[in-house]
Amino acid sequence: MEQTDLIVCRDLSLGYEGQSVLSHLNLRVRSGDYLCLVGDNGSGKSTLLRGLLGLLPPLAGSIQRAAELERGAVGYLPQQTRAQRDFPATVEEVVLSGCLNQKGLRFFYTAAQRSRALMNMGKLGVLELRAKSYRDLSGGQQQRVLLARALCAASRLLILDEPVTGLDPAAAQDLYKTLNYLNKKEGMAVVMVTHDLRPALRDAGAVLHIGHGGSFLGTPAEYLASPYGKRFKEAAE
Amino acid sequence: MSLLEMFSFPFIQRALVAGVLVSLCAALLGVPLVLKRYSMIGDGLSHVSFGALAMAAALGFTPLYFSIPVVVAAAFLLLRVADSPRWNSDAAIAVVSASSLALGVLVISKTSGMTTDVDNYMFGSVLAMSKADVGLSVVLCAAVLALFLLFYHRIFAVTFDEGFSRATGMRVERYNALLAILTALTIVLGMRMMGAMLISSLVIFPALTAMRLFQSFLGVTLCAAVTSVGCFCAGLAVSFSWSTPVGATVVAANLALFLLACGLAALRGRRGR
Repeated sequence: MEQTDLIVCRDLSLGYEGQSVLSHLNLRVRSGDYLCLVGDNGSGKSTLLRGLLGLLPPLAGSIQRAAELERGAVGYLPQQTRAQRDFPATVEEVVLSGCLNQKGLRFFYTAAQRSRALMNMGKLGVLELRAKSYRDLSGGQQQRVLLARALCAASRLLILDEPVTGLDPAAAQDLYKTLNYLNKKEGMAVVMVTHDLRPALRDAGAVLHIGHGGSFLGTPAEYLASPYGKRFKEAAE
Repeated sequence: MSLLEMFSFPFIQRALVAGVLVSLCAALLGVPLVLKRYSMIGDGLSHVSFGALAMAAALGFTPLYFSIPVVVAAAFLLLRVADSPRWNSDAAIAVVSASSLALGVLVISKTSGMTTDVDNYMFGSVLAMSKADVGLSVVLCAAVLALFLLFYHRIFAVTFDEGFSRATGMRVERYNALLAILTALTIVLGMRMMGAMLISSLVIFPALTAMRLFQSFLGVTLCAAVTSVGCFCAGLAVSFSWSTPVGATVVAANLALFLLACGLAALRGRRGR
């Protein structure tokens, strides 16, 4: 493992109860990378995310994670759940919960944790919403709040699971701009599962296509030229 | 008879102390349970505790010592069922509820017969709290309060987003198990006074009422606790003055407050627009 590597997967197979969903995958995520995971439904994208997050042990092969990504230091943006839509919590409560580390049981957050939360709320433009209830926000605002929470948890790697689902085009555009900013200006590595290919091909440095027939890893240009990407070429143009 | 006089009866004193403590625990646990869509677990557990109580009486065990382990085990089972993608969870919980109820009724009908026992188990009795129950309520309440204060932020994080909490290294299952155990204990303690059919409302109503009125998790939690204790005291007083069953009266008080909260929320919504 090299110094800039965050996650290295070698000949990785992942699955549930001995049945592999995904096999023989080689993948390297370095700091500052922007990787999009695309593929059909049920092809194992979410399974791979669970593996990268350290929630699913490999069936075969290995996943190596940089020391700084030890459990508890990944910024994760999961898909929204049904229960969250009417959840009574202020924006500040939600963002602060990203600062929980495993150590120490305190009723109050420390000053450092609070300022970290404030800084990340400012970065994502939700600072003025901080006393508002999460359930009263628009879909785009909710995603930015969850992104601020993810930034509180980690500063090197963001893992996002279909972040634009349910957002209107303007809000989706806004979210991609934010991600691009975090990636290019702050050197944050981004790994994102998406169905929305256009931004993936515009901003991302690499595309990983997972399909039932096999997987493909390359730059967006290589992807479009490959048999996997050809059918999306028109959509992207 | 004035309200002050009612406190001269030792059984009322016991009911008041135990009831206030159980209501407080139920309300605190109810907020995460309702928000996680686990309300049915509370209802299922109360039915299981009815079955357990009937079995304990038939076998000659001390009711609490027998029903606590049974209901805690049921809590684990129901939690598993609710989280399992392979089960149709609400159907499974309904089946467990009805089966325990049927088992309880069968056992009672073959032993003591369908007498006032069943009525008391189903709908509660203000006379049910013994000195030992009050002692146990104090211990339970202290445990729930301590755990809530200590783990408050984690309970919030797990309730709001299990996936994120898992990814940041939290043992989500432990928090869910803790929640289930404490809920099981609260229900076992409260059910003989409130009744098996009515105890789950003590878990669900305060959280629902508070969610109508408050925007923050902290606000909802505090409001649910205050609401629950207030409704219990009001219910007990009314039940004493008009000699109505205590369980049903407390539920009615909770319902009244919930409707009031809905009205207030609707008014506020209209003014906000």
